[in-house]
Amino acid sequence: MTALRRRLIPYGLLGPGAIWLILFFAVPMYFMGEMALRSGSLDTGGFTFTWEWQNFSDALSGSNEQLVRSFVYAGLATVFALLIAYPLAYAIALRAGRFKLLLLFAVVAPFFTTYLIRTIAWKTILADASPAVDVLQFMHLVPEDGRVLATSGAVIAGLTYNFLPFMILPIYASLERMDVRLIESAKDLYASSTKAFLRVTLPISAPGIVAGVLLTFIPAVGDYVNALLLGGTGQSMVGNVIQSLYLQQRDYPEAAALSFVMMVAILAVVVVYLRLAGTGAFMGDEDERQA
Amino acid sequence: MSGAWRWLRRNALLLYAGVAVLYMLLPIIVVGLFSFDETSNGKLDYRWSGFTLDYWRNAFADESVNEAMRTSIELAALATVVATILGTLMALALVRHKFRGRGISNLLIILPMATPEIVIGASLLSMFLIYGITLGFTTLFIAHVMFSISFVVVVVRSRLIGFDRSIEEAAADLGAPPLTTFRTITMPLLAPGIVAAALLAFALSIDDFVISNFNSGTTETFPLYIFGVSLRGIPVQVNVLATMLFVVAVVCIGLVLWQQRQAERMAAVRPEAEPAL
Repeated sequence: MTALRRRLIPYGLLGPGAIWLILFFAVPMYFMGEMALRSGSLDTGGFTFTWEWQNFSDALSGSNEQLVRSFVYAGLATVFALLIAYPLAYAIALRAGRFKLLLLFAVVAPFFTTYLIRTIAWKTILADASPAVDVLQFMHLVPEDGRVLATSGAVIAGLTYNFLPFMILPIYASLERMDVRLIESAKDLYASSTKAFLRVTLPISAPGIVAGVLLTFIPAVGDYVNALLLGGTGQSMVGNVIQSLYLQQRDYPEAAALSFVMMVAILAVVVVYLRLAGTGAFMGDEDERQA
Repeated sequence: MSGAWRWLRRNALLLYAGVAVLYMLLPIIVVGLFSFDETSNGKLDYRWSGFTLDYWRNAFADESVNEAMRTSIELAALATVVATILGTLMALALVRHKFRGRGISNLLIILPMATPEIVIGASLLSMFLIYGITLGFTTLFIAHVMFSISFVVVVVRSRLIGFDRSIEEAAADLGAPPLTTFRTITMPLLAPGIVAAALLAFALSIDDFVISNFNSGTTETFPLYIFGVSLRGIPVQVNVLATMLFVVAVVCIGLVLWQQRQAERMAAVRPEAEPAL
């Protein structure tokens, strides 16, 4: 085999997939930007490109409230998911023993029922006068005559549930790889359990937490299924607006502009978060990280 | 005292894990349970009325549900085959070769996973609209392959990284041409990773709602069908089919795990044995 052919092999392997991703992921992003700067209407012969920056300010002023709500809901759902996921991932990775596979399976099991069906199931669970709501009312967590469906709480609970596996799996993966002897040696050196956890376990699982937070937060901001099925009219998120602008009102330019605004806002939050977390390690190669 | 304390603490954590797992499984249990619910008009009404086997007996009685399910399975099968091939080749390139443009290739693979689905769906729709492409099965296929590729790459790559290259080198030393080595050594060892990736791609495709919602036109997949009827009333058959789908998925996963364990056991006991494939 000639040296040239050898050098071309990786491009041949990479090529087809890369072309697919460029044509149907990268290029569409450009067209969404182009669409966001068009003006006109479907009735008058469609939309033409006119550098219509107005679309962006329209999108922002029209959906300011939903945009803020999306970030608040997604942020809260991420925090709840982290609180639920960490002990579970820890238990599976370090304490489960022979139940490990079974527990892992239970964590990914929700993936095998359709997202919509899962959310509709929550609608059943949280419906008025359902046993779960009765219990919440009995414990005075919900007022006697109050309901759970069509509240912010229901939407946040739905988001938390639906993206939970994305939080559990990265944390599990980072803890799984940990050498348990590190904890033992910390204890041998007279660290308390709390201190060993804070100084050894937590830092080791940090990349998993960072990845889990991003994998939960980013899709949660853009979600519209939970708000649609579990929320009421006062709980709509930015995804609901984008979906309705695209598919019902067919105001494509404003819809595209709003999608861009949302993406830039997410990107800004992610950059700030990564700065705070002080790590970009999870973006790197798997093999480089292990080295 | 330290022994008893540690025992208690370990079980407290496991107890918590049990509760958390129950929480994860709760909606699935509800879906299964409510496939036996005797409702007055054959639609889900979000409360328990009584036990019946009617909907299981007539699981395939609702033709529109079947049609949607067929579309979903066809789409998922096609998208899985293409995405698995493209993704596996990409993973091979990334792990096995050093080349210019690795960094940007990695970025191209990671970004789709870090982009909200609604943005992927909306941007694809924008492009299709601008070019006047009719939405339907083809656009769904394009989209499903696109969002599955990245996940295939990640799964296959993790398998490739733990790969013992010395076996391949031995084959080459014994005079096997590169393609023979690839066919008889690399592929059989890589197979469990590829199967896992394909299962994941299939699950992602059959589950997808958001991206499909934007690019389906009049074609209806199973999730799109459910969404369409969710305001008018969902036939109980939806829960029956969802339960069936879940059971089939569980059996598939079980078989893959069992096969992997067998393969590992064989490799451990008789390293000189010929691979079964």
